[in-house]
Amino acid sequence: MGSYYLPHLKELEAEAIFVIREVVSQFEKPALLFSGGKDSIVLSHLAKKAFYPAKIPFPLIHIDTGHNFPETIKFRDDLVENLGVQLIVGSVQESIDKGRVREETGVNASRNALQTVTLLDTLEDHKIDAAMGGARRDEEKARAKERFFSHRDEFGQWDPKNQRPELWNLFNGRKHHGEHFRVFPISNWTEMDVWQYILQERIELPSLYFSHERDCIVRDGVILANSEFIQLKPNEEVKKMVVRYRTCGDMPITGAVLSEADTLELIIEEVATTRTTERGTRADDKRGETAMEDRKKQGYF
Amino acid sequence: MSIQENNQLLRFTTAGSVDDGKSTLIGRLLYDSKSIFEDQIEAVKTSSEKKGFDYVDLSLLTDGLKSEREQGITIDVAYRYFATPKRKFIIADTPGHIQYTRNMVTGASTANLAIILIDARKGLLEQTYRHSFIASLLKIPHLMVCVNKMDLVDYSEEVYNKIVSDYQAFSSKMDIKDVQFVPISALKGDNVVERSENMPWYEGSTLLYHLENVHIASDFNHVDCRFPVQMVIRPHTLENQDFRGYAGRIDGGIFKPGDEVTVLPSGFNSKVKTVELNGEQIDEAYAPMSVTMTLEDEIDISRGDMIVRRNNQPKVDQDLEVMVCWMNQRPLHNRTKLVLKHTTKEAQAMVKAIQYKVDVNTLHRIEDVDEIKMNDIARVSIRSAQPMFFDSYRKNRLTGSLILVDPNTNETVGAGMII
Repeated sequence: MGSYYLPHLKELEAEAIFVIREVVSQFEKPALLFSGGKDSIVLSHLAKKAFYPAKIPFPLIHIDTGHNFPETIKFRDDLVENLGVQLIVGSVQESIDKGRVREETGVNASRNALQTVTLLDTLEDHKIDAAMGGARRDEEKARAKERFFSHRDEFGQWDPKNQRPELWNLFNGRKHHGEHFRVFPISNWTEMDVWQYILQERIELPSLYFSHERDCIVRDGVILANSEFIQLKPNEEVKKMVVRYRTCGDMPITGAVLSEADTLELIIEEVATTRTTERGTRADDKRGETAMEDRKKQGYF
Repeated sequence: MSIQENNQLLRFTTAGSVDDGKSTLIGRLLYDSKSIFEDQIEAVKTSSEKKGFDYVDLSLLTDGLKSEREQGITIDVAYRYFATPKRKFIIADTPGHIQYTRNMVTGASTANLAIILIDARKGLLEQTYRHSFIASLLKIPHLMVCVNKMDLVDYSEEVYNKIVSDYQAFSSKMDIKDVQFVPISALKGDNVVERSENMPWYEGSTLLYHLENVHIASDFNHVDCRFPVQMVIRPHTLENQDFRGYAGRIDGGIFKPGDEVTVLPSGFNSKVKTVELNGEQIDEAYAPMSVTMTLEDEIDISRGDMIVRRNNQPKVDQDLEVMVCWMNQRPLHNRTKLVLKHTTKEAQAMVKAIQYKVDVNTLHRIEDVDEIKMNDIARVSIRSAQPMFFDSYRKNRLTGSLILVDPNTNETVGAGMII
């Protein structure tokens, strides 16, 4: 008899697929929150595997701030077509036009906070009772205690005091009318696991993740892409830089890193060394990344 | 750091109280295995200096729980991650006081290994018994007893040997297969990741070496074939008109094409046609794989059914004897109505009798109880409205476990291990 064990990526994959299938089994109208980032791309890949040869039996929801990288939108549309899945777009611009939210003004204006309203409105409009996201527990301290099945009350709020214990592989998705769940199938994955899995499965990613030359400005130590959504301050100058992105958010707030890594292998090497030694010298990219994380905490994921 | 994609995943739990060095130990593992970002370490150094400490307080790395305590938020299970070139680790970090028994049980439910911390100065305490009992009750396959704070007993071999023999005398009464011991100082780093030069008398390996090498491939049951059906996959597309696949996660045994199987509860027999995922055929499928299975015959199968081997079937019964850990403020009484969730099956259930309660500190049975409170562990008899297909928890942690849900609040109120 051989040795029957699963390598860690296979075990994490099996766990995530189990959770995604539980969601479809336990809820009436689930959806996958698609940000265009690598985590939600991995999630849609897992969803495809979970139901094959059937198509993914739920829609992808994208909250479009109107400030996305054009690459993200193109990638999203191609992916949706390949998967043959329904796409629901919640538009922040529409929320602004309807007067549901008011746009920030000033040099550092962003549409971070506004997305939460659009997201909750979109979930309600489409009567979504389980929204899956690609958030991971290793992202930050508060997330370390998040459940796979995270209960939200009728106002869409998360009550950390009232989370259900989760034991073995038994997930309790029972709820009252009007409540919904956020579900995080890749809770147990780390950033490194995600990259290794992308490599193992040869998952396609937007070109933003790979090293490229781009017009950038440096603001408060963060490298930002120059775009129509950014107002230049008097002393800021636009420079050509060789960069790549570690996360994919809105153009005005997502910081790039200086990088020559243009293949998955090189990116993984970069992630590995960044974790152990390079981190201290990269306060800039750290700050950029926290900006991204804060956005998530406010309700996107 | 080399990048290994084929390493195993080890899930372990640490239960501990405020002063036994649990946070320091986790901090040490994260720090010495280089799983901490430089900026995190800087923050901890600064804050150690600010507090006037002589050394870097690694426990601050896992500070979440402390601030929670101050803010009065529920103290909970926190999951932490680190990796070495050999393995990837998931730590379920739980507080160890008696009022957090339910959190320890939650963390223990998925663990391959439990770390029991003993303060070398104090020897075995009530909490040592409690943590060990919970580990044995939850059938954590491996136990790692760390005799900590050896630096405070002059790295004494006698002190260590005494604690080891005391523990062995006590643990022989419990059902634990694999117990290992290691003398450490989490604070100074002795025998955690690096071998200690202060304890030349200790010939065993370091804690991390154990964590990297403990044999976990047989922690799942690979003998008794159990496949609870999660959902039926029917594509309804032109090229796959007749495809009917059963999606699920294997809870036990090894499934291969050609295997003779029986479907519960109908009792219909068939043969496995394919085991696949994403269209790729799998020769042998075993726990904890998620797969899609097809059968030779068209049988009416739905979620909650179980595919098993014809000659090796689970128990089928409406009456279950269960060790329950109660997790809710509202106590459990006789005749309490509950929803029982077991594998992919859900059923109405009722408590028929509370047999006894266990004192988690002394392991004594307390008879004649009519109420089970939060954090209590008790043996109860439960009757479900439908027959369940199960094994004893001892035989299979996946087909032997269940949760209890309050039908009014929908909260998860109890965790059960079938006897």
